[in-house]
Amino acid sequence: MQIVQVFAIIFSLGILVGVVDLIRRGMLKEQYALLWLASAIVLLVLSMWRGLLDTIALAVGVAYPPALLFLVAFLFLLLIVLHFSVIISSISEKNKKLSQEIAILKTLFEEYKKKGSGN
Amino acid sequence: MNRILVITPAYNEAESIEDVISAVKKELPGADILVINDGSADATSQLARGLGVMVADLPYNMGIGAAMQAGYRYAAMHGYDIAVQVDADGQHPPDQINNLVAPLMEQKADMVIGSRFLGEVKYYPSFARHLGMKIFAFVVSVMTGRKITDTTSGFRAANKGVIRFFADNYPEDYPEVEAIVLLRKAGFNIIETPVRMEARAGGVSSITPLRSLYYMVKVLLSVFVDMLKKVER
Repeated sequence: MQIVQVFAIIFSLGILVGVVDLIRRGMLKEQYALLWLASAIVLLVLSMWRGLLDTIALAVGVAYPPALLFLVAFLFLLLIVLHFSVIISSISEKNKKLSQEIAILKTLFEEYKKKGSGN
Repeated sequence: MNRILVITPAYNEAESIEDVISAVKKELPGADILVINDGSADATSQLARGLGVMVADLPYNMGIGAAMQAGYRYAAMHGYDIAVQVDADGQHPPDQINNLVAPLMEQKADMVIGSRFLGEVKYYPSFARHLGMKIFAFVVSVMTGRKITDTTSGFRAANKGVIRFFADNYPEDYPEVEAIVLLRKAGFNIIETPVRMEARAGGVSSITPLRSLYYMVKVLLSVFVDMLKKVER
């Protein structure tokens, strides 16, 4: 076993254990952890199963198979970051709506108070 | 009788807000006025409250688009028939509001834009600004199939249908141009009417020379993206 393979296995296992632990402690919601879990598992499988890594590397024209691990990790990261951008957009939209509703509710509350004290 | 809401978004407009509100009250005694205080650091909110109009304080500075949308949300919630956008900086003379509202009363349009370039023109912007405005007018007119001369005018009146649409769909950042495109996509009828505008009474324009290039690019880009968006009425 090459040193690079040992390193790759330890690294993917680290991500997997870390993500699972964060979910277990309630610090990471499952819906946001799915992509992390998927990337950790795929990287782990490719690190342990050298034959599969070599076959895919040959098929996509990567001369040094361990470099394929970087490509796969990079693609997963792109996906995760894009996923975050979508989530941020949705959260900021919801935040805007909430803030507007709060401002309107405060106004209504004041108007009702004014009417009440007028009686 | 049509219920009218005048929406006045204000960000640090303490210098001019009282004059604007007083003038609107005088011109439209029957209308409700809602000032949207967009996180002002000055006395804008207190001064407006002092005149007895409704004030909605946004919890932080959200930008003109979100502020205006808050006003439309309020109008939609309370079933107003007509909403009028009037800037807090004194650019929009309240004696012109009836020109905007009249076509809505006669059901000639869903939204009326007050244009500085129609009728007796007394507005002479700098060359660069004029060029930018011409480009917007051209792009919007071609894209929407409706000739619009003053796309960046924020002096507007909207009927109930548009109020409901804007409550859920209002662009952010520099919303005036985009709002036209979105409305046309949703099938609303927009017309322009000549209005007179004043030089701003107080405060500083949000569009500094440095920002104007960003403004151009951002608005044009957003307008093209809007054409690709799914718009539901």
